[in-house]
Amino acid sequence: MSWVRTLLLLCGLLLSLPAMAVGPDEILPDPALESRARDISAGLRCLVCQNQSIDDSDAELARDLRLLVRERLVAGDSDDAVRQFVVDRYGEYVLLAPRFGAHTLLLWAAGPLLLMIGLLGVWLAARAHRAAPQTAELTDEEAAALDQLRRPKVDQ
Amino acid sequence: MAIELGHFALILAFAIAAISAVGGFALRPGGERLALVLSQAAVLQFVLVAVAFAVLIQAFVSSDFSLALAVNNSHSLKPLLFKISGVWGNHEGSMVLWILILVLFGALVAAFGRGLPPDLLSLVLATQSLLAAAFAGFTLFTSNPFARMVPAPLQGKDLNPVLQDIGLAIHPPLLYAGYVGFSICFSFAVAALISGRIDQAWARWVRPWTMLSWTFLTLGIAMGSYWAYYELGWGGWWFWDPVENASFMPWLAGTALLHSALVMEKRNALKIWTIFLSIITFSLSLLGTFLVRSGILTSVHTFAADPTRGLVILTLLAVVIGGAFTLFALRASTLRQGGLFAPVSREGALILNNLFLATAVGAILVGTLYPLVLDALGGTTISVGAPFFNLTFGALMSPLLLILPFGPLLAWKRADIVNAAQRLLGAGALAIFVTILVASLSGRSISLAPLGLLLGFWVAFGAVAELIDRGRIGRIPLRESVRRLVGLPRSAWSTAIAHFGVGVTVLGIVATSAWQSELVTTLNPGETAELSGYKVGFDEFAETPGPNYVAEQGHFTITAPSGDTRPLVAERRIYSASGMTTTEAAIGTYGFSQLYLQLGEPLDDTHVVRIWHKPYITLIWLGALLMAGAGLLSLSDRRQRIGAPRRAAKAVPEPAE
Repeated sequence: MSWVRTLLLLCGLLLSLPAMAVGPDEILPDPALESRARDISAGLRCLVCQNQSIDDSDAELARDLRLLVRERLVAGDSDDAVRQFVVDRYGEYVLLAPRFGAHTLLLWAAGPLLLMIGLLGVWLAARAHRAAPQTAELTDEEAAALDQLRRPKVDQ
Repeated sequence: MAIELGHFALILAFAIAAISAVGGFALRPGGERLALVLSQAAVLQFVLVAVAFAVLIQAFVSSDFSLALAVNNSHSLKPLLFKISGVWGNHEGSMVLWILILVLFGALVAAFGRGLPPDLLSLVLATQSLLAAAFAGFTLFTSNPFARMVPAPLQGKDLNPVLQDIGLAIHPPLLYAGYVGFSICFSFAVAALISGRIDQAWARWVRPWTMLSWTFLTLGIAMGSYWAYYELGWGGWWFWDPVENASFMPWLAGTALLHSALVMEKRNALKIWTIFLSIITFSLSLLGTFLVRSGILTSVHTFAADPTRGLVILTLLAVVIGGAFTLFALRASTLRQGGLFAPVSREGALILNNLFLATAVGAILVGTLYPLVLDALGGTTISVGAPFFNLTFGALMSPLLLILPFGPLLAWKRADIVNAAQRLLGAGALAIFVTILVASLSGRSISLAPLGLLLGFWVAFGAVAELIDRGRIGRIPLRESVRRLVGLPRSAWSTAIAHFGVGVTVLGIVATSAWQSELVTTLNPGETAELSGYKVGFDEFAETPGPNYVAEQGHFTITAPSGDTRPLVAERRIYSASGMTTTEAAIGTYGFSQLYLQLGEPLDDTHVVRIWHKPYITLIWLGALLMAGAGLLSLSDRRQRIGAPRRAAKAVPEPAE
């Protein structure tokens, strides 16, 4: 049972709460504002869920956050100001796409960096490969195999 | 009594595996006799674990609530299928399934490996037994599935309702077959490193196992994605959740392995890299199965996070993965590279493929673990979610998709890129034309959609172009072309179909991300809503009892733009044992597109209804099915079969490639 309980707790009571993702009562009358709200919501994490945006989440807290985002938008905040407002309250954890900064440098650089390391590796391997003497002497094994082949057929 | 028999069988399997592992390594080289003994031991391990597993199934089916596992995960009113799948819907039971598949693969190697050199076979089986002993030991000592509950309760606590779905019956077995199948590649790699014997024959033995595992993993991931899509109720199909990443990384690594093993088999090159990939792929599979169970990562998929278990798991992972890499570091330099080739060649293209796939694995791994590491170092807690992965993964996959169609058209050793480009001219032009057509007809979209479409069409048309090229369609009489195409080796068809599948999946992802539309509204029975030309009529609301739940049902009638009318039922289920609620979306499939309907909570006196139109979404899974089908087709190729070289050639003539 414990794992079911864990799952429940961790999913932010995803399944047992009556509230669901964006409800009709939350939607703003202005489609432009609503569309901005949706974009912002998709990038904000539901704090009691696992890897769910508040836009998808059914949790009560996610609903509160969605309403907060809309409130700020209606008050005339820019998208960035809304995000900043939420981050000020809940910390950077709330952003699904972490901000670029000293602490996330390695994260954002990981892809390009790994690709460059890979390219370098391929280049070095290719160079070593080509540099290897192509007229290398035969190993004992190969010599034996060649011998075998050269031997007249009567031997077999 | 039966429960104890099952427990005893698992203990016995553990003992035999442990002895096989120790004996296998200690007595080598033991020649034919050692190989024979280890083979028999491998089959015996399988039989014993199968008995243990059967006992668990029997206990669940007969609702034997003296078994603690059944109490916690079953209910006497649950439908039979979910009683059975409930066995692996929890940590302990899923461990037994995992081990069962592990020893099944061991037994398969023993059965089909007669043609292998005895020393190699012994080493492979010993390594496989070592893995079986480690994980059977872990299960027995920290997560005993056979624990009794005294006094036995009259009723079970039921399985988590989300898991009471056909998805649980199919998804984990497929996924595990994929994960665990890669253990064979791992064991072959370890055996190769120990024996120092590594050549084209090695690659030929390993490739079918890689292909088989990859096929299962492809199906498993696709199935899991579709399950999440229809079950979780908001139509998401991929969340970049840590566990999804954990299953996706071995898939990417396995895809790389398939391609590098090809180079090794045909050209005797990339040996060290192929061995490395074999180890990495299985290591990632282990991470996939166990990292979430260690309590380090939490996700929707989390099973019990018990600290002792976590520690044991991490130790096990460290020993298995660390041991293999130590061996690799010690022995890899003794392997000689062979097979020279020019940068522009089939080999070169496959190296680029591996470069991008491996980088993608690395980037996803960093993204998944970065928050943990940052947190442990005392930094800020951050989240790394879908926006990060979409950007990073998309950026790495785009160049790969761009070069993909060239690969199969390039010759081994030295190729003519201009010639290949000429042969792809038609596919490229058509892809550009269709993309412009679609983009201009569909109007509003996200900014990168046309680029994504272009890549998808390019890959799909490129695969077709390769077949046209090989069949010389249009250049020789049609009858002759058909004869050529039919005569192509199955592996050639398999390549083309798999690559076509990649294109299809890309198209599905792009189309549904860019042109999905959504309507959230309140409806009363008798009212109608409209979305993207579909009329959704809410006919009736009803409460209906199910076997172990009560369902609130919304009956809808959908009228498609074509005039086609059909009824759909969306449900909210309230499970009696747990009081939990699940949503069962109503999904109508129209061509490749779907209308996704979810009945939400009651609001005032009306019902919240969410409707999504998801254009071409089924292409995502259709593409995956094509890839998996291509894997099976390739496995049926006579030359890929493990015993193939020994079998007398049948009358079917193989055309020269």
